[in-house]
Order: sequence, then C-alpha cells, then structure tokens
Amino acid sequence: MLKYTVKRLGLALIVMLTVSIISFTLVRASGDIAIAVAGEGATDADIEAIRQQFGFDRPLVVQYFDWAGDVLTGDLGDSLFYREPVVQLLVERMPVTMTLGILSLGFAMLLAIPLGVLAAVFPNSIIDRICLGIAVLGQATPSFWFALLMILMFGVIWPVFPISGTDSWRHFIMPIIVLGYYVIPAIMRITRAGMIEVLESDYIRTAKAKGLNTHAVLFKHALRNAIIPVVSLLAVQLGFMLGGSVVVETIFSINGVGHLALLSIERSDFPMIQGIVLTLAILYILLTLFADILNGWLDPRIRIS
Amino acid sequence: MSDTVENHLQTAPDEIAAVPVARLSPKQQLIARMRGHFGFKVGLIVLVTFTLVAILAPWIAPHDPYAQDLANRLVQPVWSEKGSWAHILGTDSLGRDYLSRLIYGAQISLVIGFSAMLISGLIGTVMGITAGYFGGRVDMVISFIILNRLSMPVVLVALAVVSLFGSSLIIVILVLGFLLWDRFAVVLRSATMQVRAIEYVAAAEVLGSPVRKILFRDILPNVSNHLLVVASIEMAHAILLEASLSFLGLGVQPPLPSWGLMVSEARPFMFFMPWLITIPGTAIFIVVLAINLLGDGLRDVTAPEGRN
Repeated sequence: MLKYTVKRLGLALIVMLTVSIISFTLVRASGDIAIAVAGEGATDADIEAIRQQFGFDRPLVVQYFDWAGDVLTGDLGDSLFYREPVVQLLVERMPVTMTLGILSLGFAMLLAIPLGVLAAVFPNSIIDRICLGIAVLGQATPSFWFALLMILMFGVIWPVFPISGTDSWRHFIMPIIVLGYYVIPAIMRITRAGMIEVLESDYIRTAKAKGLNTHAVLFKHALRNAIIPVVSLLAVQLGFMLGGSVVVETIFSINGVGHLALLSIERSDFPMIQGIVLTLAILYILLTLFADILNGWLDPRIRIS
Repeated sequence: MSDTVENHLQTAPDEIAAVPVARLSPKQQLIARMRGHFGFKVGLIVLVTFTLVAILAPWIAPHDPYAQDLANRLVQPVWSEKGSWAHILGTDSLGRDYLSRLIYGAQISLVIGFSAMLISGLIGTVMGITAGYFGGRVDMVISFIILNRLSMPVVLVALAVVSLFGSSLIIVILVLGFLLWDRFAVVLRSATMQVRAIEYVAAAEVLGSPVRKILFRDILPNVSNHLLVVASIEMAHAILLEASLSFLGLGVQPPLPSWGLMVSEARPFMFFMPWLITIPGTAIFIVVLAINLLGDGLRDVTAPEGRN
C-alpha cells in the first residue's frame, strides 16, 4: 500500500509540474504581456519600462523558473485588475465555489445512487427506462439553457427561489440543481453497472442462498462493493464541476472562482487567469490522487496491478 | 426496444430451425439490427434532417438572417395573438427573422461539431492506437499526456485560449479539436490492447507484415465501432461547448447566428418573451439528443454482446 501511494504521489507531482508549464506558456504564448499590463493608452516607453520592471525581456525559461519559485512560496502575483494578490482573491472566492460544488455533488448522489441501484435490481424495467431517459435528456441539455429555464420557471412564473446572489440557502437551490444535474447520469450509470456486476457474483448468490433478506444482500453486501468505482468517479466529477461552475456562477451572479475566471478572461487579467487555471488543475490532480489511494485501500486488487 | 431483433432470434430457436431461413450476412445482420433499434432510427432521421436544413439553408430560409428591420423588432411568433406568417418564429431585438437565424444556426453547430470531432478524433485515435499497440514506454508517455490533458479544466482553458487568440469560427473549431481528444485516446487505447491480444495480430506479425499494414488492416477495422461511438459523443460534446462559449461571449461572434449566441442575445428579453430563449435552446437540445441517440444505438448494434 505504501509503495502504491508513493508511486501515485510521484506521478501526481510530475503532472502538476507539467500543468504548471502549460498554464505558464499558455498565457505567455498569446502575445506581448507588457502591452496588456500597461493597459490602454500606454506609450511605447511605458511598455518598455514595464517589460523591464516585470522582467518580460528575459528568456522564457528563466521567467518560468522565477514564476514557479514564487508559486512554490504561495505567491501567484498580483491581479492586474484588482491590484491585489491573486492568492488572496482565490482564498476569498474559493469557499463559495467549493460549497456549491460539494452541495451539488451531494444532491446528485442522493438522486443518482438510489436510482442506479433500483435500475440494476430491476434491469429493463420501467424504472430502468426512466433512469436511462433522465441520463439521455440530461446529457443533451446545455447547462446555460437549463439554468435560464430554471430561472423562468422558479424565479418568474412560479417565484419560489431568488434568481441571483448568495445571501441565503435558498439562493443556492437552483444553482445546485443545475450543476448537480450534469453529474447524475454518470453516477447513475456507474452505480447501475457496478451493481449488476456485483449482483451476478458468487458471494451474492451465497448470501441469497443462506437466506439473507433482500435488503441485507443489497445494502450490506452488494452496494458496498459496487460503490468503489463510484468513489473515484465522484472525485473526478467534483473536478469537472469546478470547471463547469463558470457558467452557473455567471448566470446566478455568484461571486465564486468560476465567475471571477470569466471576468478575468474578459479583462485580460493574465496573472489571475494563470492562477485560476493552475489552482483548478492542481485541485483536480489532488482529487484524483485521493480517489486512487482510497480505491487502492478499499480494493486490494488495484494496488497490486 | 433495442433488443427486439436479438430477442426474436433467441426466443424462437425452434421456429428458426423448422423454417428454412436464408442465413444473413454480417452486413445484413447489422442493417437488420439498425432497423430494429428505435433510438438509432430516431437519431439518424433527426440528424439527417438537421443536416439537410443546414445545407439547404439559403433556399429554405424565408429571410436573410442578417437583415435588420428596426421597425419590426421583437415581433411575436405566429402562434401568439400578435404573430403573423411573415415571421413564423417572430424576430429578435434587431428585427432579424428568428426562423432564418435558427436555420442558418444549424450550419454553425454542425460544422463546428463535425470539424472539431474530426480533429480530436484524428489526434486521439493516433495516440490511443499507438499506445495500445506498442505498449511499454510509448504507452507510458502517451498515458502521461492523457493524464495532463485530463487535469486541465476544459471550459476554462477553452475560454482562455479563445480570448487570447481572438474568437472566430476557425479558432473555436481548433480549440475544441485540440481539447476533446482525451476520450478517443482512452477508449481506443484499451480497445487496441484487447484486439492486439487476439491471435490474428500475432499471426500477421509472424508473417512479417509491416507495422503500418497491421495497424490499418488488422487493428483499425476492429476498433472502428468504438471509434464511431466516441465520435458521436464528442461531436455532441463539441456542439454543447460551442453553444456555451458563444453564450458566454467568447465563441462565435455576432452577427453570426450561433444558437448559443442567440440565447445570450435574447437574455435581456427572456422574462417578457421567453420563446426567444426556448427556441434556440430547444434546437441545441434536439440536435445533441439526436447525436447521442445515434451513438448509443451504434454501440448497441455493433456490439450486441457487450450491452448493459
């Protein structure tokens, strides 16, 4: 287990390094940053001064190591728009986005796991067909459109929820449904497939044969094993959600990282964009690392292979 | 619904044995399964219809999709009291005919979806088959590249790149094409590994077939069903992403009639004229649904044994 963990950790570190290089070059490759920093109406002399002040005239490799060194000490530079440290802005905005992501994931699990189990226990039944229907329809609905329809439905026609902001728990209901809805099909499918596989296995037949009731077989024996692939999926999905929060946060005017990302892109606030892309990528890497280690711990077969 | 043909074959062995039946060739079997698959048929019919609409747009659109008519702004659709047949779906805030914009919008969605799918398919297939066939170090390097790609948040990177390089149809296609290859690579890598383990590949190697020939003659045809399924998923994915990017203002630019952009432009009026957002949204929904149904159908009909 230790060997597996160390190996997996090493891989995660290398991926982080590569991702940091990518997010660095992504922004630098786009053009002359000095012009973006100087802003509109700057003279050539201003731009040249900024180029020297920020060290943009040095070779890219030197600039990367300089930047990476700062990142390691927790310094992502200052936002060009807010004139504040990027890290501080991220710390301010991250809790809302994380809350939204985790609650959405919880909402999705609450619906998807029971539905997936039911679909597996009664394959090809009405329930199974309904689950399949939800999945197929969900995958075809654009999230921004779904969010606007929710606003029309529950904000205007039948006004039960506030349509923007984060003042109370009621503000979170619609964003959670919109964001969570997109994860439901994936969780449902994996739960269903895992349950079907487990239910056909020998030990379930044994459990049934020794006269255990259906409830005990399903929840004590089957679900516990079927849930393993779901765990790793959840971590991956949470990572996706942080990326998907751009649309939802923008539509519902939630001041999280997603909304900040879009605004920063529109403002060409490159240290901010770099910081957000790097943070989300590293979060995703950590989440998958956590999932893999948890999986290895839950299922010994994984860590041996 | 999907397994009617299979069920007939399985549940009535006696009748089949009793009646002299002409044996179906694999191709005929495939066509029979396609005909019996409800989702596949619906998906195919809808997608073909949308494609025809996109191609025939200049002839079937009642108006010029770019012609503004400020005297006729926000005309209501024909089914409402104030609507008229002159503008069946009404007009937008600049007085442009909504139906015509919707029809031309099909071109944008399908062209972007299809081109992005081709690019990502090419990249992902080459990577997946190479990794799956050669294994070892090659596989390690490619798996590492896939892992890196998966760690980058797609929407955010797409937004950032589009804003850096300027948004145009070509840029959107290229960005999506270079971002969405991961599923092709992952699926084809494992599919190739399975095919590679079958004896005829070893036989071809022993006989001294060149690698290129093995890859194209023995591997590619046998993973093509997986390829088609992923291609449909990714085409739908690309269409959805384009709509999202355009909605956020960083995709296709006005005055082009992208469906996502139409929803975005209609947002200020949505409370009083909800059809302005429901119409283009429904168009995206239907075309993506059709492609997904087609993909699910393809998976069912090409690999009936691998269902569930």
